Amino acid sequence: MASRSTAGSALGRYVLVRFLLIIPTVFILVTTVFVLMRATGDPITAALGGRLTPDQLAERIHAAGYDRPILAQYWEYLTGIFTGDFGRTISDNRPVVEILSQYGTATLELATYAVLVALVLGIPFGMVSGYFRDRLPDAVLRILAILAYATPVFFAGLLLKLIFSVWLGWFPVAGRVSTDGEIAMQVAGADSGFMLVDAFRTGDPAVVLDVLSHAVLPAAALGLLTAGVFLRLVRTNMISTLGADYIDAARSRGVRESRLVRKHAWRPALIPIITVAGMQIAMLLVGAVLTETTFEWRGLGFQLAEYLQARDFVAVQGIVVLMAVVVAVTNFLVDVVAALVDPRVRY
Amino acid sequence: MSAGEISSVGTAGVAPEHLGGRGAWFRRLPVVHQLRQSVGLQRGMLVAGLVLTGLFVLVAVLAPLLAPYGWSQLRDLDGAFGAQMPPSAEHWFGTTVGGYDVFSRVVWGARTALLVVVVAVASSIVVGVLLGLVSGYFGGWLDRVLVVIADAVYAFPSLLLAILLAIVISGGQSSMWGGILAAALSITVVFIPQYFRVVRAEVVRVKAEAFVDSARVLGTGSWRIMTRHVLRNSTRTLPLIVTLNASEAILTLAGLGFLGFGIEPTAAAEWGYDLQRAVADVTSGIWWTALFPGLAIVMAAMGMTLMGESLNDLADPRLRSRARSSQVAGDVAETSVEDGPTKGERA
Repeated sequence: MASRSTAGSALGRYVLVRFLLIIPTVFILVTTVFVLMRATGDPITAALGGRLTPDQLAERIHAAGYDRPILAQYWEYLTGIFTGDFGRTISDNRPVVEILSQYGTATLELATYAVLVALVLGIPFGMVSGYFRDRLPDAVLRILAILAYATPVFFAGLLLKLIFSVWLGWFPVAGRVSTDGEIAMQVAGADSGFMLVDAFRTGDPAVVLDVLSHAVLPAAALGLLTAGVFLRLVRTNMISTLGADYIDAARSRGVRESRLVRKHAWRPALIPIITVAGMQIAMLLVGAVLTETTFEWRGLGFQLAEYLQARDFVAVQGIVVLMAVVVAVTNFLVDVVAALVDPRVRY
Repeated sequence: MSAGEISSVGTAGVAPEHLGGRGAWFRRLPVVHQLRQSVGLQRGMLVAGLVLTGLFVLVAVLAPLLAPYGWSQLRDLDGAFGAQMPPSAEHWFGTTVGGYDVFSRVVWGARTALLVVVVAVASSIVVGVLLGLVSGYFGGWLDRVLVVIADAVYAFPSLLLAILLAIVISGGQSSMWGGILAAALSITVVFIPQYFRVVRAEVVRVKAEAFVDSARVLGTGSWRIMTRHVLRNSTRTLPLIVTLNASEAILTLAGLGFLGFGIEPTAAAEWGYDLQRAVADVTSGIWWTALFPGLAIVMAAMGMTLMGESLNDLADPRLRSRARSSQVAGDVAETSVEDGPTKGERA
């Protein structure tokens, strides 16, 4: 796999090979999900088993085509996904694609906030921690990072909610926007799904503030978890670049310490950080599922939990496949960015 | 400090172990060995991790003695406990919305968590190491297929995969042992690729060493070379993956429970499930049902993460000195297991 090419188009080749590798990955993921979900039987019995008579069940199963050979179903499922058809949910009979597009934006919004929090906290503190290696600031920051990692995001969410919403009353308990804000958005015809964008479009500062105050706690809960990972990452890479000879050389030339950290050590440390940070997207999505459930943030994760409770496995399958594809594509993009930044990364 | 660390790594990983016999193997045991070699912050972290983990194991083992009530006990001789009672002399941590004693469920929950961690980590080591060994040693098409599959599974958001497997294995709800095995197996499948990749990468490196060639020249069989010569020298990074995985297993189990895919409350106590039930309590200001199971998760996960982090540090210098000469993303990723060894093959 790692045959080195000295050809001029090495980057193009790398991107192409890396892109083609998405196909088996996604194929394996989709197949795995299909096999796992069908291994337990048909989704209709799973969802409605106790509630319908055997005759009604058989009728529904036949109508949905779940009594056909498994390979035929598999083929139909694959071609369906290829044409953007994920089937219809069983519990509320909606197209899965509609659910994905309706709630996907909410999850994206939450993930964006969390990444912002993580970057703002993780990178500077990681630099501080790496610079003061094994001294007090490093010890304190590392313990905090480990604490952030070891705390389940839903427990962090519950604690934040208890302290800042219930006891102090600073932020709303749950949801993405208050009813008044929602009405204002509907009146303004703002329905992009990104609450903050929609809030700005109403032109009412109160609505913007309302949306932001709803976002603070979920973003903090998910962001703190991610910040812990980033801090650790930045620290490790800062330490390895700070030990390099050219840093000693720069220091002996009289370059100021702050400049040394911000310019000389930081830039080369960035490459592995981009790569590994991009790979945290899977962790971020899982975190989003749990955060959304805690705060009734109506995104894909909240929806996934609802459909899991309802045993609606068609919907679960659709959401899981979408998340897996998002992860695979993000990893590809991250690798391309890393290859652009670092000429040594090639096949 | 650095001298001590380097010598520790020297005896731990680089020297061919087949010359050392049993004594060397014993001295190489994580904990025992690294505790002697560590200093300062790293020793503090290791000791704190050991204490927390020891406490967790102790509580799990002694649960029948420590817990005043059973995990699904609703009443004693004085009558029913009552729901959502605040902490008192009879119920140190109060009672849950379902009328269980929170303290007892926290204590019994340690037992569930420990069983899941042990089963999950043990089985993923066996399968992952075996696959990695065979794949790395023999190479060829089997190796390529396994690598692609492992990459695909690795890219899959772990909790989602665990949910799918929990559905398949137990239909989402089950008895104590059924639930523990389902949770453990779900976590196992998620972890196998990690062991597979790390062991495979090491095996590929080690099998090129001279002592493997000399064994082959002497006419030693493949199986014996693999187990005696290659495997023994390829397990350098396993202890720290084990500790980091153990904490991840606890968090995944809690995540499964929180989404309603854990173990039924009557079958065993599980912290994640208790937190799910506590979401509504928090909104009405009832803090004890969420705080104590949550703290239990944090302490258990934190203990093992602290151990993993300090073991990671102690294993670092050798790898870092290599990273300094080549500054490749791969070397950094290789040292920090949790951030994913994906990029290891690229260097």
